[in-house]
Amino acid sequence: MAAVTETIEAVQSVADGGYKWGFETDIEMDFAPKGLSEDIVRFISAKKKEPAWLLEWRLKAYRHWLTMEVPHWAAVSHPPIDFQDAYYYAAPKQGPKSLDEVDPELLKTYAKLGIPLKEQAILAGVEGAGDSPSEGGRMPIAVDAVFDSVSVATSYKERLAKDGIIFCAISEAVHTHPELVREYLGSVVPQGDNYYAALNSAVFTDGSFVYIPKGVRCPMELSTYFRINAKSTGQFERTLIIADEGSTVSYLEGCTAPMRDENQLHAAVVELVALDDASIKYSTVQNWYPGDAEGKGGIYNFVTKRAACRGKRSKVSWTQVETGSAITWKYPSCLLIGDDSVGEFYSVAITNNRQQADTGTKMFHIGQRTRSTIVSKGISAGRGQNTYRGLVKISPKASGARNFTQCDSLLIGDQCGAHTVPYIENRCMTAKVEHEATTSRIAEDQLFYCRSRGLSQEDAVGMIVNGFCREVLKELPMEFAVEAQKLLQISLEGSVG
Amino acid sequence: MLKIENLHASIDGKQILNGLNLTIPAGEIHAIMGPNGSGKSTLSYVLAGREGYEVTEGSVTFGDLDLLAMEPEERAVAGVFLAFQAPVELPGVGNANFLRTALNAVRRAKGEAEIDAIQFLKLARARMKVLNMPDDMLKRPVNVGFSGGEKKRNEMLQMALLSPKLALLDETDSGLDIDALKLVSDTVNSLRGPAFSALVITHYQRLLNHIVPDRVHVLSAGRIVKSGGPELAQELEASGYGAIQAAAA
Repeated sequence: MAAVTETIEAVQSVADGGYKWGFETDIEMDFAPKGLSEDIVRFISAKKKEPAWLLEWRLKAYRHWLTMEVPHWAAVSHPPIDFQDAYYYAAPKQGPKSLDEVDPELLKTYAKLGIPLKEQAILAGVEGAGDSPSEGGRMPIAVDAVFDSVSVATSYKERLAKDGIIFCAISEAVHTHPELVREYLGSVVPQGDNYYAALNSAVFTDGSFVYIPKGVRCPMELSTYFRINAKSTGQFERTLIIADEGSTVSYLEGCTAPMRDENQLHAAVVELVALDDASIKYSTVQNWYPGDAEGKGGIYNFVTKRAACRGKRSKVSWTQVETGSAITWKYPSCLLIGDDSVGEFYSVAITNNRQQADTGTKMFHIGQRTRSTIVSKGISAGRGQNTYRGLVKISPKASGARNFTQCDSLLIGDQCGAHTVPYIENRCMTAKVEHEATTSRIAEDQLFYCRSRGLSQEDAVGMIVNGFCREVLKELPMEFAVEAQKLLQISLEGSVG
Repeated sequence: MLKIENLHASIDGKQILNGLNLTIPAGEIHAIMGPNGSGKSTLSYVLAGREGYEVTEGSVTFGDLDLLAMEPEERAVAGVFLAFQAPVELPGVGNANFLRTALNAVRRAKGEAEIDAIQFLKLARARMKVLNMPDDMLKRPVNVGFSGGEKKRNEMLQMALLSPKLALLDETDSGLDIDALKLVSDTVNSLRGPAFSALVITHYQRLLNHIVPDRVHVLSAGRIVKSGGPELAQELEASGYGAIQAAAA
C-alpha cells in the first residue's frame, strides 16, 4: 500500500495545483466511473502505479485528443459515439486458483473456439498452469491474456527468459524495463497521430510488451487472446514489440467477444520496431461480435497498427483475418526506413449482414531498394460493405523500391458492396509499383459443382471462399489457419440461399 | 433403379424436354444419343438438380426416392453422380481437400466413418495410378489449369472414389484422345455390377465400343424416339440421326 500512497503523491505533485480526485472512491475500486476526464487518466495511471513521466505522457495525449475531431473519411457510418458514456477502466475481481473457479461463461467461449483445456487454464490465469510444457507435441504458444483491461495471465515466461526474451504485460514492463518502454512507446505511433491513437495514448489500460534481444530467434509463437467481457467497457490495448538486430519473432493476436447489446468501442494501438536484419510476423484473427442481423450490438473497432522497419534488411509481415466487429477501421502499415527492408500485408476481411469494414495498409518506402507486397481479399455478403483503402508512398530517396498490390473482392448476393481505394504516390523514377484488382461473384456453376458432389450449400460457399483467400491463409501459422478457416465459414452462415 | 416418366422441363421459358420416358434397371448401362439441341445435357442437369431448370410435368424416382424433390447435395449423397461435360474450376481449393470433403459427405450419408487425410491419400493415389494421373494433381486447385483430358480424368477419379449407384456421364468422351477415352471407359467398366447403373450421354458411337451399353436410346426434340440394343448405336453411326428423326416425325 505504501507504493500506492507514493504514487498518489507523485501524481498529485505533477498535477496543476488544483488537482483532486474527481470522484469519491479511491483506487481500491475495480471500476472507474463512466466518462473521460483528466481525473480518469490520472486514476488509470495511479491504479497502475505508473511513474510520473508516463502520466505526463498520457495527459499530453489527452489534452491533444480534446483538440481533435472524429475522422469522417472512412466509408463507414455509425451514430456519434458518446465518449462520456463508457467505462475506461475495469479489472477482473481476482485471480483464480484452478479452472473450477473460472467463470463458466468464459470456459464456454473457449470451448467454442476449440482451445485445449491446458491452454484454457493458462488463458484463464490459473496459477502454475503454464509451468509445464503442453501435451500432444503441439507447437508451444506463449499466451499473455488480456481480459478486459488487465493482463491476468502471462505464461512461458521463464522459458522465454532463458533467451533473454521479454514477454509481459506492458503495465509490468513499465516497471521492470522502463528504459525500453520509454524509448519506444509512441516512437512509431505518436500520441497525436490520429483521433483514436490519441485516445488510446491517454487511457490505454494494458496490452503486451515484447522484446527480442540481438540475434535471438524466438522459440515459440507468442500469443494474446483479447476478450471484451465487461459491459460497456471500452478496450484500449497498447502493444509494443521490439525486435533487436538479427532477431525473429512471430506474434499471434486473436479475439472473441460474447453477445452484447450496446456498441462497444475498441481503439487499440500496436507498435512494432524492427532493427537491422530483424523480422516480425504479426498475425491477427479478429472475430469480435459483429452485431445481430440488423447490426445491433456489434463492436466498433478503430485500430492503429504500425511497424517501423528501422534497420537494414529488416522485415515486417502483417497478416489479418477480419471476420468480426460491426465496424472495422484498420490500416496496419509499414515505415520502410532501413535500406532493403521489406513490408508485407496479407488481409482477408469479411462483411456480412450490416457489417462495415474499411481496412487496408500503408507502405512508406523511405530506404533504398525497399520492397512491399500487399494482398487484400475482401468478401461482402448480406448487406455488408467492404472497402480496401491503401497507400503506397515512395519517397525520392527510395531508389529501386518496389511494390506489388493485389486487391480481390468477392461478392455474395446483390445487396452488398465492395470498394477499392488505392492511393499511389511515387516520387522516385527508379521505383516500380504494380497494382492489380479484381471483383467477382461466386458463380452458380461453382456452387452447383460442389453441391453435385454432396457438399451442402453453406459448405460449398465456405470452400469457395477459403479457396479465394488461400494466398492469405497460407501466411498464417498452422494453428491459426485452421481456426481462421472455420471462422470464415461461420461468418458467412446464412449468406446464401 | 431410375424411372423417368413423362418428364417435361424448360429453361428460361423454353421447353426442352417433352414427355421423356426412361427406365434404367439396377446394374444396367444405358446410352443416350442424339443431335445437338435434342435435350441431352438438360436431362443430365435436371437429374442432378441444377437450378434454373424448371420441371413442368412428370416424375423421376431413384430407388424409392422422389428425386425431383431433393436438393442437389441430397441426390449426390444418395448415390447420383454427374460427370460434367465442362468440369468447373475452383481457384484456391485443393483437389485433395475437395475430394475428401465430398467423399466424407457421401460416407456420412451412408452411415460410414469419415476417413482422415492419410487414409484418403492412400485411397486416392491407388485410383490415380490406374487413371494415369500424377500425384501433384491432388495438390493443385480443382480443375484450375487442367487440360481437357486431365479434367475428365479428374471427374473419373471422383466417380471412382464416390462409387455412386447411378452415374450420369455427360459427353465425357468429348475432346478425349483414344488413350484417355480408354481410361474413362475402364473406370466405368470397373464399377459395373448389380448395384451400379449409368446413363452415358454421347454424340458418338466410338465411346460405346469401350462401354458396351445394355440399351441405346435416341433423343430428339426432348423425347426418346427410338430404343434398341448396342447395335442401334452402330446403325446410327452408319445412317445418321436424320432417318430416325424423319421416321419419328
